[in-house]
Amino acid sequence: MSAVLAAHGVHVRFGQARILDGVDVAVAAGELVALVGPNGAGKSTLLSVLSGDTAPDEGRVELDAADVRAMRLDELARRRAVLLQENRLSFPFPVQDVVRMGRAPWRGTAREDADDEVVARSLETADVSHLAARRFPTLSGGEKARTSFARTLAQEPGVLLLDEPTAALDIRHQEALLDEARRWARAGASVVVVLHDLTLAAAYADRVVVLDSGRVRGDGRPTDVLTGELLTDVYRYPIEVIRRPGVDELVVLPVRTAALLETR
Amino acid sequence: MTTTLDRPTTTAPARTRSTALFVGLALALVVLAVASAGIGQLHVAPSEVVGSILHRIGLDWGPSPAHPNGDAALWAIRFPRVVMAALVGAALATGGALMQGVFGNPLADPGVVGVSSGAAVGACTVIVLGLAFAGPWTVATMAFVGGLLTTILVYLTARENGRTEVVTLVLTGVAVNAVAGAALALLTFLGDTQAREQIVFWQLGSLNGTRWPYVAVVAPIVLLGIGGAVAVARRLDLLALGERSARHLGVDVERLRVVCLVLVALLTAGAVAFCGIIAFVGLVVPHLIRMAVGPGHRVLIPASALGGAVLLLAADLVARTAVPYADLPIGMLTALVGGPFFFWLIRRTRRSAGGWA
Repeated sequence: MSAVLAAHGVHVRFGQARILDGVDVAVAAGELVALVGPNGAGKSTLLSVLSGDTAPDEGRVELDAADVRAMRLDELARRRAVLLQENRLSFPFPVQDVVRMGRAPWRGTAREDADDEVVARSLETADVSHLAARRFPTLSGGEKARTSFARTLAQEPGVLLLDEPTAALDIRHQEALLDEARRWARAGASVVVVLHDLTLAAAYADRVVVLDSGRVRGDGRPTDVLTGELLTDVYRYPIEVIRRPGVDELVVLPVRTAALLETR
Repeated sequence: MTTTLDRPTTTAPARTRSTALFVGLALALVVLAVASAGIGQLHVAPSEVVGSILHRIGLDWGPSPAHPNGDAALWAIRFPRVVMAALVGAALATGGALMQGVFGNPLADPGVVGVSSGAAVGACTVIVLGLAFAGPWTVATMAFVGGLLTTILVYLTARENGRTEVVTLVLTGVAVNAVAGAALALLTFLGDTQAREQIVFWQLGSLNGTRWPYVAVVAPIVLLGIGGAVAVARRLDLLALGERSARHLGVDVERLRVVCLVLVALLTAGAVAFCGIIAFVGLVVPHLIRMAVGPGHRVLIPASALGGAVLLLAADLVARTAVPYADLPIGMLTALVGGPFFFWLIRRTRRSAGGWA
């Protein structure tokens, strides 16, 4: 499989700090890649570089073999959507208008005709249809996150970049969101999700990329990469990976007694 | 690019509301304009005002003004003033809506932030130094330069990480207004008696003495500004999501910002050039419109232009007629109403945002 979105030898420095230190990541069509790692590992920066927001000091990011920094913004917007961690709104737009903003890149194209249908479907998928007329600032944190997710889906992108989309969500909506992200991947999209919940990453990702101090420490299938040994080292905390009895499912757990012994 | 019909963006009731708002404002504008033109020391009945206009454009309908000087008074004094009031009101309100959109903050306003003062310094320089390098356009040109420089200064100092805190914005306004005030004081000191008097009255804001040549300068500036504002409206909606998200949706944020700042300076210069500082219109009008039909800029900007025109026409009517044989400064009137409104707005913003968000 050839890569749709690929970072080649990306370095990013803020002053003296090396945020990304020679990162190579490639995402193919139909693939969901989870980006995991401890705080400050460079996950959000990598996502920002992949989305074309941050120019790397060295290296480049290619979308279908074209440099993202050289692409026209409207062209880029028709091909990739980004969901940021923080979703604010300066003015109290109703939810349906916020989701409709996701259609902006298709204005003036033939696909504009599908706007109403796509907006309705996106609202439905993100389970915010019942909030359509509510004003965004009156929503709870989780409802805001789902509205923003619906906006991202309305963009109908081939590449979907999600930065901790599940942080504010309850268990049911976490599962629903990642299920939807995986459905997009199965339909041919390339999806990159930054996640903190390693069990979620193991359950939904086709591939997991483990970042630590701006370097890729592991890149492969969840069962290959998510090992107690690597995670314990990367997170600097004892971590155990077990298989749930009876099903082929990984569960990643902190080993608190071991941590206690260590600090003694 | 193919042209497409504007698709419905909101629910049917919201569209009905905005249509009703536009019709209401347009009616109010026409009625106020006709009434305002007729009212004054020399009274002309509304039917005669309409008749006079129709006769001018070659239609022999309706009565002409009964008073022998009626027609002259209307065309030499009243009409230019009415048109100017509508233009300046529209410019101030549109400038306010635009600035609030760029700063992502409902409290941004060219007056509060100090852009009006900056434009005033530019215009006063012309008065005091007797400059005339661009003929009748000199004052407007210098007001534009002053306004643009202040807009850029405010923008560079008040923004942090792509957003503007209310406190920073207001404090920047205090600082800018202080510096501009010092410059105005210096110019007042340097000027001769006539220039001083001109500056003082000009700072109070007044539409008194408006002539057609002034209207001819202000009208193209304001219409250009409003046209530009309508053109960027859709992108301003996306900017409400924040700079990065707007960029992800294909908006060239840097360019949008520059265009908007130039438009704000243009509109402010058009408003300030001949009529002085008229505060708070840009704050009050867009806020009321938002309360009525929501924050979408494609409705907000044209509705603000109409609403500003209505508000300033009404304010000017009061300024001319509240005290017999006296022309009150209109800037004083708008500040009298707008000041308390600003207080209320600050309190409300604090409550709803849970602090100085």
